[in-house]
Amino acid sequence: MPGLSEAARSEIRALGARYEQRQSALLPALFVAQREAGWLPPDVLEAVAEALEVPLSEVAAVASFYRLYFLRPPGRHQLLLCTNLACLLNGADRLRAHLEARLGVRPGETTPDGFFTFRTWECLAWCDHAPMMMVDEERYGPLTPELVDEVLARYRAGAGPAGRPAEPAGRPGSASRAAEPGGGAAQGGG
Amino acid sequence: MGERILLPWLERDDAFDLEAYLRAGGYETARTVLRTMAPADVIAAVERSGLRGKGGAGFPTGRKWAFIPKDAPVKYLVVNGDEAEPCTFKDHRLLERAPHLLLEGMVLAAFAVGIRKAYVYVRREGYLARRRLEQAVAEAYAHGVLGRRIFGTDVDLDVVVHTGAGAYIAGEETALLESLEGRRAMPRARPPYPAVVGLYGQPTVINNVETLCHVPAILRLGPEAYARLGPPALFSVSGHVRRPGLYELPLGTPLRELIFEHAGGLRPGRRFKAAFPGGSSSALLTEAHLDVPLDYEPLRQVGSMLGSASQIVLDDSACIVRVIARTVEFYMEESCGKCTPCREGTVWLAQVFERLLHGRGRMADLDLLQHISDGMTGACFCPLGESVPPSLNASLRHFRHEYEYHIRTGRCDVEERLAAPRVAAS
Ligand code: SF4
Repeated sequence: MPGLSEAARSEIRALGARYEQRQSALLPALFVAQREAGWLPPDVLEAVAEALEVPLSEVAAVASFYRLYFLRPPGRHQLLLCTNLACLLNGADRLRAHLEARLGVRPGETTPDGFFTFRTWECLAWCDHAPMMMVDEERYGPLTPELVDEVLARYRAGAGPAGRPAEPAGRPGSASRAAEPGGGAAQGGG
Repeated sequence: MGERILLPWLERDDAFDLEAYLRAGGYETARTVLRTMAPADVIAAVERSGLRGKGGAGFPTGRKWAFIPKDAPVKYLVVNGDEAEPCTFKDHRLLERAPHLLLEGMVLAAFAVGIRKAYVYVRREGYLARRRLEQAVAEAYAHGVLGRRIFGTDVDLDVVVHTGAGAYIAGEETALLESLEGRRAMPRARPPYPAVVGLYGQPTVINNVETLCHVPAILRLGPEAYARLGPPALFSVSGHVRRPGLYELPLGTPLRELIFEHAGGLRPGRRFKAAFPGGSSSALLTEAHLDVPLDYEPLRQVGSMLGSASQIVLDDSACIVRVIARTVEFYMEESCGKCTPCREGTVWLAQVFERLLHGRGRMADLDLLQHISDGMTGACFCPLGESVPPSLNASLRHFRHEYEYHIRTGRCDVEERLAAPRVAAS
């Protein structure tokens, strides 16, 4: 069947049932579709519209509005570098140049091997670890060029988020910093 | 837990877990209140505590609850966890480290207002926050803290966790409702206010995460004792301080004390230059404002605001033109495009800043910036567009010489000073 598997369709229908109005499930439904198809080509949008019984125009309007939906195929890992104020003040420009050099692409592009889609991003709410970036669901910071290299190498080696980078040379810990789970540079799992 | 209300939960590394939360006395307040208090008394207590919304607007929470029509058959609680104001990270941290505290606050709010269905809208990028919250919701159901007949009373509450998809504007409360209904996050006209016509057209309370996390303490300590603590507020501190992080201090703590006593001061050899006291939408403060109390009224009197209480601290290595250009770029990126002053104004400002930063500025650009800013002031449909003028205007007022230097020389005086030998820099 074009678009989406029956399993994904029924997952989407179940999401619809959680809300008083089915269309409320549109945002989560698009993530279900994206998880399965990798991105949101037109036939997938149509399948979502059908499963939720909402007009395709609504589905397309939503998919094109929010930044975390992919209307083109993305790379295997999403690398988001925060460039908002706290990170900017702590050297995000230098990290951006470093990432551009290491990845050989500019923000918004995917590496030729399809491994990383590199994007600059607005505040990711980890400002006390600035400068920071996020790879898929994992946060890294405070970043140094060395830490960036280490993280890239781990993902390229297939270690992914399980392979945590070493703890960066600590700044004196504030309440929040000292209390991060794992106490290290990266955080996730849970 | 001493004088601090929220920080002790944030310092623990296990309070996201139900067992640990219960061991620390969690849900005791909700259990007692649901069994012994009347809903109207809960609202009155929250009003007396002086609690104001911590999402930015600062509206009194108890009054917001009291607006909801008592006889409405269907009403909703929507928790705004879409925090994306630049350099604000308190709600994220609360969701990650103390999701049960939020759920306890939600149970109390729902009881007070007579609500049986709640949605928590969490920003998609907060992956850990969502996982922890979803786990907490599941545990709470299993433990009888959510669902039917909570604590054996006749109170019911269902909670659904919903995530956004990467749009700052979804944090604006009416845009959040649109997004929750499965549409583009574009603000709705007000009135009617969500308290009257909200989610699915029904009366809706929209509260910020931190706001609800204060509620258990208000009822545990009593509103007067709570108010005597300051009242307490969480400050997100970032930028050029030695110890960025979250600090819980009484409202009214001076900026100087927060930066130099709590956040460790500036890096060696650096001088304070400026700070945003309420995220990037608040007007920049300068050295002359260091003793201003961080509270709603005093900040308004100096033309700024408390907003989300996020301090962004700039030392003398920061170029003001670059900093303001970056905030303009943020609001341009995040503008939903619904109204012209914001959609066009942010793009136009960004173009002027582009010239200034690339040595192609003209003196007339300073008047042009002011002109565009004036054209946006009071003319935008929602607070996002209105976020740009305050800091821009403040920067033109206090740091005009930096703009002029960029225009005259095509270079940045801050960069030049930093590059110069140390002696010249001091
Ligand atoms: S001010 Fe900006 S974000 Fe708000 S409605 Fe207008 S265009 Fe949209």
